[in-house]
This record gives sequence, structure tokens and C-alpha cells, in this order.
Amino acid sequence: MAKLSFTEASDDGRIFTDRAILAGILVALALTLVLARLAKLQITDHAHFTTLAQENRVKLQPLPPTRGLIYDAKGVLLADNFASYSLDLSLEKIDDLQATIAELRELVSIEDKDIRRFERLRAQSGRFDAVPLRLNLSEEEVARVSVNGHRFPGVGIGVELLRYYPLGTATAHVLGYVGRINEREVEQIDPAEYAGTHYIGKSGIEKTYEDVLRGKVGYQQVEVNAKGRVLRVLEGQPPRSGQDLHLHLDIALQQAATQALGEFRGAVVAIDPRTGGVLALVSTPSFDANPFVEGIGAEEYRDLRDDPDHPLFNRAVRGQYPPGSTVKPFVALGGLVTGTISYTASKFCPGYYQLPGNSHRYRDWRKGGHGTVAMEQSIVQSCDVYYYDLAHDMGIDQLHGFLSTFGFGIKTGVDVAGEQPGLLPSKEWALRARKAPWFPGETLIVGIGQGAYLATPVQLAAATAAMANRGQLIQPRVVRATHSPGAPEEPIPLESRRVPVKDGRHWDNIIQAMTAVVERGTAKRIRTNAFQIAGKTGTAQVFTLGQKESYRESAVPERMRDHALFVAFAPVEDPRIAVAVIVENGGHGGSVAAPVARKVLDAYLGQAPAEIDAAEAEDGD
Amino acid sequence: MATRPYNSALDSIPAGDRPGLLQRLHLDLPLLAGILLLGIYGLLVLFSATEQDPGKEQRQVLRLAMAFVVMLAVAQVPPRILARWAAPLYLAGVLMLVAVLLVGDISKGAQRWLDLGVLRFQPSELLKVAVPMMLAWFLSGRPLPPGGLGILAGAVLIAIPTLLIFKQPDLGTAVLVAGSGAMVLFLAGMSWRLILGIGALGAALMPVLWYLMRDYQRQRVLTFLDPTTDPLGSGYHIIQSQIAIGSGGVYGKGWFNGTQSHLEFLPERTTDFIFAVLGEEWGLAGALVLMAIYLFIILRGLQIAAAAQDSFGRLLAGGLSLIFFVYVFVNTGMVSGMLPVVGVPLPLVSYGGTSLVTIMAGFGMIMSIHTHKKRLPV
Repeated sequence: MAKLSFTEASDDGRIFTDRAILAGILVALALTLVLARLAKLQITDHAHFTTLAQENRVKLQPLPPTRGLIYDAKGVLLADNFASYSLDLSLEKIDDLQATIAELRELVSIEDKDIRRFERLRAQSGRFDAVPLRLNLSEEEVARVSVNGHRFPGVGIGVELLRYYPLGTATAHVLGYVGRINEREVEQIDPAEYAGTHYIGKSGIEKTYEDVLRGKVGYQQVEVNAKGRVLRVLEGQPPRSGQDLHLHLDIALQQAATQALGEFRGAVVAIDPRTGGVLALVSTPSFDANPFVEGIGAEEYRDLRDDPDHPLFNRAVRGQYPPGSTVKPFVALGGLVTGTISYTASKFCPGYYQLPGNSHRYRDWRKGGHGTVAMEQSIVQSCDVYYYDLAHDMGIDQLHGFLSTFGFGIKTGVDVAGEQPGLLPSKEWALRARKAPWFPGETLIVGIGQGAYLATPVQLAAATAAMANRGQLIQPRVVRATHSPGAPEEPIPLESRRVPVKDGRHWDNIIQAMTAVVERGTAKRIRTNAFQIAGKTGTAQVFTLGQKESYRESAVPERMRDHALFVAFAPVEDPRIAVAVIVENGGHGGSVAAPVARKVLDAYLGQAPAEIDAAEAEDGD
Repeated sequence: MATRPYNSALDSIPAGDRPGLLQRLHLDLPLLAGILLLGIYGLLVLFSATEQDPGKEQRQVLRLAMAFVVMLAVAQVPPRILARWAAPLYLAGVLMLVAVLLVGDISKGAQRWLDLGVLRFQPSELLKVAVPMMLAWFLSGRPLPPGGLGILAGAVLIAIPTLLIFKQPDLGTAVLVAGSGAMVLFLAGMSWRLILGIGALGAALMPVLWYLMRDYQRQRVLTFLDPTTDPLGSGYHIIQSQIAIGSGGVYGKGWFNGTQSHLEFLPERTTDFIFAVLGEEWGLAGALVLMAIYLFIILRGLQIAAAAQDSFGRLLAGGLSLIFFVYVFVNTGMVSGMLPVVGVPLPLVSYGGTSLVTIMAGFGMIMSIHTHKKRLPV
């Protein structure tokens, strides 16, 4: 090609220079545009982005408080906390869950029930929550996972304090247990109070005192990097531990009562009449509460739920039984207080009772009758006819009114969650619940504690304690005091009301009669020289006999047999313990329930357990 | 055509004034000063960004030194030799791009590397200088401004390597390679009618481009349009970098005090997103200083181009200066959320050696063009 001429060069040079100057201007404009964009971000939106950067960097972490411990009257630890290590999966960081679980199986044992619980918890968790796959890792398993941790993004070891009940079955019904918060509870609780905690009191003391035991959640502001690793703590408020509970409950007595019930289904409630403190609260059979803490397996739970003996049912506060003849001392006192009858007035018992103008015979438990009996004998021998007549004379209104003052038909307010109120029938109740008027015959049945009349063991114990202390009905309490670290114990205030009995001699009369029950009456087999016991036997009918039938224990299937009851307090001159015993399908109170009560009294009053001859004496009611 | 001699007689400057040291080393003082200033400024920013990995800073100093040597070496090569090499370099580059697609190593899901046994090599980098050289050589051999046929031929020369790189896929480098060629065409005096026409055609071809894109490239464009649609996925980068810059304010959080970068919220903070580290720690003021240095370097490059003695020198120096600008604009635009995310480093600041060498080789050529002038008869 031809050599470029100078003119040509300068010509295209001019074009170039124009373009170069234009390019230079455009470059300057473009870079200014970038700076304008920066100015928008760094000046106009500076506050917004500062907030976002802060939110990136600073995370608020809840610090769960330590749950308060529970001690018995003598300082024995009943509910403890221990550190438990769990294998936690952060699902949003795991690509292939099945493969991860399969690989983890080579390091720690993962059973099908773990997988099932994992799936259940996973359904309840948020997207960024860590979900535990295994709980209670052994130290060796923790080490194996830690060493191999780098292979498993999103897999971590979590630690939390888990509840533990060292005495297992002995305390399950009275303490209850804590368990993982379920979906229904999530809606009811304040999420701020439960931040970082997965557990809540489900039943018993653990539920009643949930707010005291839980403590106050703390928070810390931490600086984290993009991977969520905590680099430093910026500021924080430490959690405040829950308060410890000190109980009136005496675990030795609790165990003695459990042992006394043996293989029977039943309940024992022992109360200190001076304080209302619950010394023992037993329901048999019982269960081990510990598996419930971590979430009991479905199969294990089904076995407990479907057990015909209902081990999960707390008979002591939820069991409602006809109190039977154990109400006779209370009815008798009502007769005295209302002036319906005097202590010494006699009635004749032919073995049955008839209302005027009615052929129906209300039978006495003793076929031949008790002959002529006054009040003391009516209690000692547990004469039904005496109480049919007395109840008839008092009328249902007075009967209901007086028995109410001992707390029948009303929850005692005991601090074990789930208490039932029992039922003290009245005219008003008949209309409301039954939509039928009151029949005169029903008054007679109430007089001997049968029919619709229902009481719980704790109600009977509280009423008996009120009898023991001559009229002070104290709200029963398992918990004696709460205790914060570094502070003095704070006793739970005592709440009580008086049973309105103006004449103190009435108490003497009834207590004298109850003492005679053990001295020479239906419970004489438990008599002891060590201390004087006042008591009353009772039998609760499970089914009603026909007019012509008679009850023969051996001929009735076990589950249809009568419940045996016994209430007592001792020592008579200075009562320190009142006890109510019910033995389901145990037969008669005197032969079955009274010996159980005696063992409880012995254990509490420092007596070696007595040998009681079960075959002695007639089976009185 | 490839054998055509470079024929502007510009060699052998007769000794008149005694040239200074810089002149003898074929270096341009203002450009050199700008580059050194930029290098030091960049190292300061990188020093903070690489706190978690101190070895990186040392390696980068070493690379800068190596790149400086490359610049020095290239500056010694007279423009006529550069012109002679333009076509062979371009051909070799295109052949290697084909080879990469056939036998290249796959790294991070893209085929970019060619393993030559002794060293791994990214042929697309070579094209960043080979394309402007080729265009400058091709256009300077014909009357300027180029006619329609010349533009068409130039467009084909640009399109071949661009498409090959786009196929790897490497959107960032493809943009830079195409841009470097386009800059030369623009400076050569391509008519405004054509520029507007191609612009319109480009807009019309957008759907075709969309069709050609890989899924992740489409995702980037979508994410650019609205980063919040995928805050944890592909939108994460751009959201975090805007947080970093925005929270820096006017004066920044201070050197080593950037929380977004030091707590690792900002991804790619030592490489493509280092501008966000600057914005966070040094604020708008720091960015202003950086932009001023860049503008100075670009304008000096254009000035050298305008003062060049022949078309090849003008077009090459001008094209290289403007492609340097494209680097800066695409990167800062991307990091500040104005442009979609494409993998373009911030020149002389981002950590990494390959593009550094390419850029410094470009500066070497600009200096060569400026310092190998034939004294013209007055």
C-alpha cells in the first residue's frame, strides 16, 4: 500500500482528537455517575444501610435461666438439672438430609424413634432453628461428632439443662414433670419468657409453680460473622435462675406410704393439721416421669395410657370416690351444730330404714341391725340407719351447707395441678346437672357418703386435718417455701378458714367417738399403745345392689368390689398428721385401708412398722 | 494481509536533546506516577480486606512488581513491532480460545484455563490486548474514518473471540474484549449513524442474547433488576455490598474497621467486590480519591493517544485507555448496584495476577507509543 501522506495523517488525527476529547468527557461523566450513585448510598440512604449492617453484625441471643430445684422437707433433692448434649441439625445448611443422617449413623447410634421425634420436632420448628436428632449423647459420641464436625456443615452439638427426677416413680404424681413445649402451649406462653428454653412444667408441682421455677431469661448482644460464629459479647443481661422449692413433703413418708399401698391401686394423702403441709401424696400405680422430659416414645406412652391400672392418673387429687362412711363424723358434727340431735340421744336400728309412706328399705350394712345406738356408737360401729334418720331430720339443705364448710364439693386449692372438685349433691345441683327435683331418699344416701356424693383423697385428708385441729380448714400445700439464691427462704403464706362450730364440746365428742373407732370399733386392728389414733372407716360402693341382693365380696369380680377408705389423725391429744387412704376395690375400710394408714402414721410418728393381723375381727364398714 | 508491513516511519529518533532516564526507559512520568499512586492506594485497601489471610498482601505486592516489570519490558517494544505482532497474536489467541473449549480445565463451572504443563494460562486475558491491537492495526491500514465494509470486518474481528469467551462462559471478559474492540472502532471515527444503528440493533437483539445466556447469567440479570428476590442466593452479593458502601457514609468507618468486610458478610471482598471495602472503610471521600486517580490515568492515556504520530498508535493507545475505563466503570457500577454482576476486577486494586499483567502490558504499550516518536521535520 501507499505510504501515508502527512496530510492524511493529520486529517484522521483531527477526527481522532475530536473523538478522544468526547471520550474523555464521557469518561468523566460516567465516573461522576458512579460517584452520584455512591452519594445516594452513602449520604441519602446512609442511616438505612447502617441499620442493616448493624443487624448483620449484632445478634440478640437469649440466655435460658436454670430451673429451680425441688427439695423435700429434710433437704433431699427431688428434681435436679443435668447438662445434656444433643446432636442438632440446622436444616437450612444441609443439602441432602438423608445422606447426612446416614453418615451420622456411622458415628452415633440413631434409632427409628429418634428419627420419629426429629420429624415431629422439625414440623414444629422455624426455618433457622436447630432441630435435635439425638438427645443425651455420651461423652464418647460428643467427641466423635466434634472430631468429624468439619465433614458435616449444619451439624452441631447442643447443650442444655435437662430435668431429672432421681426418685422416679416415687415423686411422679406429686411433682409432675416438665416436657418439651408443644404446639398448643406455644400459643399460650409469652415467647419472650421462653426464649432459649424448650421445656415447660406439664403437671403437678412443676406446672403449678412454673413461673417460680422457670426464672428470668437473660439476653446477650453478640457480634457474629457471616457464618453465624459468635466473635464477642457486646453487652448482656444475665439470666436469673428460677427459685428453688422446699416442700412439706417428706420423701421417706412418701416412700413408706407407697410401700404400704403395695400392689393395690389407690391413694394416700397425709397432711400436717397444724400447717396444711402435705407430708405425702401418693397415687399407685405410678410411673417414671424421666422419659417424659425428653419426649416419651409413642409406643412407651401408649402402653402407659392403655394400662388398665391407669398409672398416669393421679388418684390423690383427680380420683373422685364416694367417701362412704368416712363422712359420718362430719354428718354427726353437723347434727350437733344444727341442734338436730344431741350426743347422747339414741336411735333404734333394726337393720333397715324406711321413709314414711314408702315401702323402700334403706339397708344397714349389718343385716341384723345395731339395736339401740347413740352418736358415739353410731360412729364406732358405723351404723347406717342412725345416719339415714339424722340426714332425714337435718334435710339436704342443712346437710349440704354444713358439709361444705369442710370443703366437700369444692377444690381444696392444693398446689398439685389438675385437682378435681368432687361433688357434694344439693337441690340446686339436682336441678342444674340432672334437670330433676331432689328426692327425699337421696338425702339419706348423702348421709352415708354414697350415691352422687364424690370426694377426692386430698379433700378427705384436708377435712380430716380440720377435724384434728378443731375447725381450722387450711388450704393444703405441698410447697413450704420458695428460695432464691442468696436470699432467705420465703414461706408460702397459710390460707385457712374456720368451720363454724360454736360449742367446743362438739369437737370433743366427735374426736372421742373417732378415737373409739380405733380403740374398739371397726378399725380396732390398728390400735397401738404408742399413740392414740382417731379414725373412721368407709366403704364406697362401686355398683349398686338390688333390693333383694346381698353383697358377697368373693362372688364379685375384682373391679366391681367396693373401694376401701380410711381417714385418721394422730396423736389424738396433739395431732401432727392427718391421713386419708383409699384402696380401689380393696373391700372394707377396716381391714384394708386402715392398716395402710397405720403404716403411714407409724412411719411419721417414729414407730417401727406394725404387724397387723388381717384376719382379725369382723369386717366392719 | 497479515504480511503487510507497518509503514509509518517512526523509528530511529536521531539524537538531539539528551533524553532523560525516564525517556531512555521509555516511561511516561505522569502515567507512571498515576499508576504507582493507584498501586499503593490499592494495596492499602487490600491490606485491610485480606486481614484474614495476610499472605495475600505479600503475594499481591510481588505480582504488582512482576506486572511492573512486564510494563517496563513492553514499553521497550517499538510500536511498529507491536503492529507487526498484532495479527499473529490475535490468531494465536483465537486458536487457544478454541482449544480451551475443546480441552480446557473446568474451574468454578467455566472452561477458561489452558494447562500448558508448566503454567496454567487463561487465553481470554491475551485477547484483551490482542483485540485492540488487531483492530488498531487493521483500521490504520485503510483510509479513516472507516467505511461500512471496514466497520463490518472490524465487527467480525471483535465478534469471533467475544463469542468464544462468552461460550466458556465468562461474561465479564467477553464484555471487556468486545468493549476494547468497540472503543477502537469509535475512536477510528465510526459514523454516528452507524453507532446509533448498532445501538438500536443491539437493543433489538437483547432477546436473542437472553436466549444464548446460561441460567446463572440470566439469574444475574434478574437479580440485578431486583436483588431482594433472592437475598440469600444470587442477590446476596449485591445486597451485602450496598450495605457495606451505604453504611460507610461520607468518611467511612475507618481503615480495618469495616464490619461487613471483616466479619465476612461481604463476599469476594478481596477480588471483584473490593470497591465495597473501600466504600465501607474510607467512605465517599475515599472513593472520590480513587476516581480522581482513575480519571487522571485515563485522561493522560487519551492525551498520549491524541499526541501519537500515527493512526495505529492513536487507536491502540486510545483503545487501551478507554478499555481501562470500562474496567473501572463496569466494576464500580456493579458493586454499587447500578450494573448487573459480571466478573470484572477493579483494575490495580483487586487481588489477582492475570488481569493485572494484562492491564500493565497495556500501559506498557501506551508508554511505548509515547516514547518511540520519530522527530518530525519542522
